[in-house]
Amino acid sequence: MKIDFDLNGTPVSVDAPPMARLLDVLREDLRATGSKEGCGEGECGACTVLIEGRAVNACLVPVIQVSGQRVLTVEGLSRDEVLHPVQVAFLEHGGTQCGICTPGFLVAAAELLAKNPTPTRIEVREALAGNLCRCTGYQKIVDAVAAALSGAAEAPGDADLDRASRTC
Amino acid sequence: MIIGHDIVRVDGRAKVTGVARYVDDVRPDGCLYAATVRSTIAHGRILGIDLDPAFDWTDVTVATAADIPGENVVALMTDDQPVLADGIVRHVSEPVALVAAPTRDKALAAVAHVVVRYAPLEPLFDPEVSEGNAHRIFGDDNLFSRIDIRHGDADAAMAAAERDGALVIEATYRTGLQEQLYIEPQGMIAEPRADGGMTFFGSMQCPYYIVKALGRVLGHDRLNVVQAATGGGFGGKEEYPSMVAAHAAVLAVKTGRPVKLIYRRDEDLRATTKRHPAIMRYRTAVDRATGKLLAARVHLLFDGGAYNTLSPVVLSRGVIHAMGPYACPHVWVDGRMVATHTPPNGAFRGFGAPQVMFAAERHMDRIARALGLDPLAVRQANLYRDGDVTPTGQRLVDVGAGEVVRRALAAAEAPLPAFAGTHRPGGGGEAARRRAGRGLAIAWHGCGFTGNGEAAIEGKADVALEGDRVVVYSASTDIGQGTDTIFPSIVAQVLGIAVDRVRNAPHDTDLVPDSGPTVASRTAMVVGGVVKQGAEKLREALRAEVGGGPDEPFDALVARRKSSEPLRVRAQYQDQGAIWDRATYQGEAYPTFGWSCVIVDLEVDLDTGEVLYRRLVQATDVGRALNPTLCSGQLEGGVLQALGYATSEEVVLDAQHGMRNDRLTNYIIPTALDAPEMITEMVEIPFAHGPFGAKGIGEIPHDVPAAAAAQAIEQATGVSLDLLPMTPERVLAALMGDA
Repeated sequence: MKIDFDLNGTPVSVDAPPMARLLDVLREDLRATGSKEGCGEGECGACTVLIEGRAVNACLVPVIQVSGQRVLTVEGLSRDEVLHPVQVAFLEHGGTQCGICTPGFLVAAAELLAKNPTPTRIEVREALAGNLCRCTGYQKIVDAVAAALSGAAEAPGDADLDRASRTC
Repeated sequence: MIIGHDIVRVDGRAKVTGVARYVDDVRPDGCLYAATVRSTIAHGRILGIDLDPAFDWTDVTVATAADIPGENVVALMTDDQPVLADGIVRHVSEPVALVAAPTRDKALAAVAHVVVRYAPLEPLFDPEVSEGNAHRIFGDDNLFSRIDIRHGDADAAMAAAERDGALVIEATYRTGLQEQLYIEPQGMIAEPRADGGMTFFGSMQCPYYIVKALGRVLGHDRLNVVQAATGGGFGGKEEYPSMVAAHAAVLAVKTGRPVKLIYRRDEDLRATTKRHPAIMRYRTAVDRATGKLLAARVHLLFDGGAYNTLSPVVLSRGVIHAMGPYACPHVWVDGRMVATHTPPNGAFRGFGAPQVMFAAERHMDRIARALGLDPLAVRQANLYRDGDVTPTGQRLVDVGAGEVVRRALAAAEAPLPAFAGTHRPGGGGEAARRRAGRGLAIAWHGCGFTGNGEAAIEGKADVALEGDRVVVYSASTDIGQGTDTIFPSIVAQVLGIAVDRVRNAPHDTDLVPDSGPTVASRTAMVVGGVVKQGAEKLREALRAEVGGGPDEPFDALVARRKSSEPLRVRAQYQDQGAIWDRATYQGEAYPTFGWSCVIVDLEVDLDTGEVLYRRLVQATDVGRALNPTLCSGQLEGGVLQALGYATSEEVVLDAQHGMRNDRLTNYIIPTALDAPEMITEMVEIPFAHGPFGAKGIGEIPHDVPAAAAAQAIEQATGVSLDLLPMTPERVLAALMGDA
């Protein structure tokens, strides 16, 4: 059936079975492959997207459920090449390594930023407890989110080199 | 300066914006989806493979061993593992047949309609009865590998010490399976080329492993292997991707179309390699006053599973590291790697070292307990110092053991952070039923390949001037650890140019030489050294072409260059003349060692047996932190993976010795809430042959956090556990006196 929704600020229309997984519709039908599949059962959070501002696992959501709603994926975090503060913070604090979990973490962190501008480190950990990372030990992810939330995304260090590398 | 500074990772922007291309993000035109039919029993003869006539097979291709164009072998150390079982299965989940269909759902549905008929045979599961068993799995004795180390005369010294009043302490330690659990499952695309060859694109650590293995499977070498962005490896994507590539290739040959094979998580958990379980018996004589080691006999038994994979290398690292970072004049180690009818175990961060160092560290605690001494004092009495000799007869220099302990102890004086554990549900009584403990453990870890392994591999890398940019060609993949940032940083530092003018070429075997595999904590230290040499050679080659003084800036030379042709030079690993005797396992086991001290603060819930981590301090000798953020990121990720190994990651086996808890719901890896706050001290004791002094750091963080956790649990509760994982059930049983 035809299902319409808003993906990252753009209206989209797909022809899909109503019970198709939102994740498959995003990745296969709309070729928005930023959201990843790590487990397919809502445990790893690599497919985290926001539906009407709420973080959900796209592998557990039937596409019919987002009909007429706003869906935000990692592709929608940056606008016109300008990165979201959380994306900048992940770059500067080493929050991404292999990167497969990163889109889900960023989306979950963006939700936290919108809802709780002054969380403690423990609240950051709680907000991200639905996302699994195997590379970082979470330390730098928590550092990054805490920095982004406090508006201190600019890391100390050689600013020119950092900028040079970021343009790659 | 670039080296020693936090250059933002080159692949970072693509990863935070979601545009990095992992294998499942790519869909070639006409691509078919593959799935694998796997054995449902541990051991048996295949009587037949039938297709359910009620299923619609019109757009499905089925392949069996008969469809393999070349040899039915996944070539690695030995040729024992087939691509597809042919006549006999030796472990549950062994691949038996393959299907390809236009959609993933159709392929998965088809798998359920392939009926394999078996005549079951009695499986052999117990590694303790495998060696020499009449029930043969491998060779004529079921031994994949046997390594004995003879340093001094341990038996005579033990007897003499006992006569002289020394205390003899004996115990057995056990560690379980562990899954690497890269968040991106295994995946590969095989795409037929116009010239009759094949291109592989997928998730991997070692492109040239696949080149070597697939040449045999295809029966020709018209193939190239391209690494996709890879969502974690930890060893799990060292050798296993050759299997995935072989399966995709068989179907691609049969159909003539691109074939994509992505594992579901449950399949990945059940089928792919894991960390070897180990049973480790330690018998030591110690001085009663100081706890100083006088003699040691160590028996190590590792379960390799049904096929050899890289098991002999795992055993090798296990026997060499068996004593931990402690000097002992008489050490005999007997190591065995045996076959069982279980899914093959393979490469995993640490390669046998995390198992033996859990045992060695627990044994130190046991000695301290028996003598009424402080566990740290016993360790310090035995800790390696400059000039000490290891069990392989290697005389140590620049030993960092004492320094990492000092640095860790100093860092651990900082007040403990706020504790996520106090926020857990459970009401006000919860804190009262918890006991806090602190544990300390010390690791050493040989960097790079063992003995003269590096000289045998002759790792190569090219560095090229292309326009005013420099390109590094190497097969060393970036699997998250930062190769695509570290190599350009090394080159940029040598040439005195900005990092963003240097990049790694795609890791495509048509473009890059064989740098050796991306394993063994060798990429930055060994291949990074080759790349550094390459950069120096490039400057010399350019100077030879355009003239100029030795101190002239690289860019001045570039500016004088008239040719627009790329200028490409090759560098190769230079033999450092390691003296190593494989037959006796005596000599220089590693070019250098890293050192690490871990201090864990945790709380044990006395009602549930649950362990809650509060803080982990590590001081780790990294030689030189080429990029502190990337370096500490490796160290932090490694210790958390080790804490999972310590207390939560248990592989539960079913009757066929398949993984019963084959989901992320019940194979429990740590979340952000389970992870402790970390303090990470990077100690820099430079290695003369590493680029800018760098040592390998990928594996050492996995070596001793589990032992530190065990000591902390003991300090908190008085309960001493000698097995991993220390699940809540096991901790609780021990607390209740059932240990």
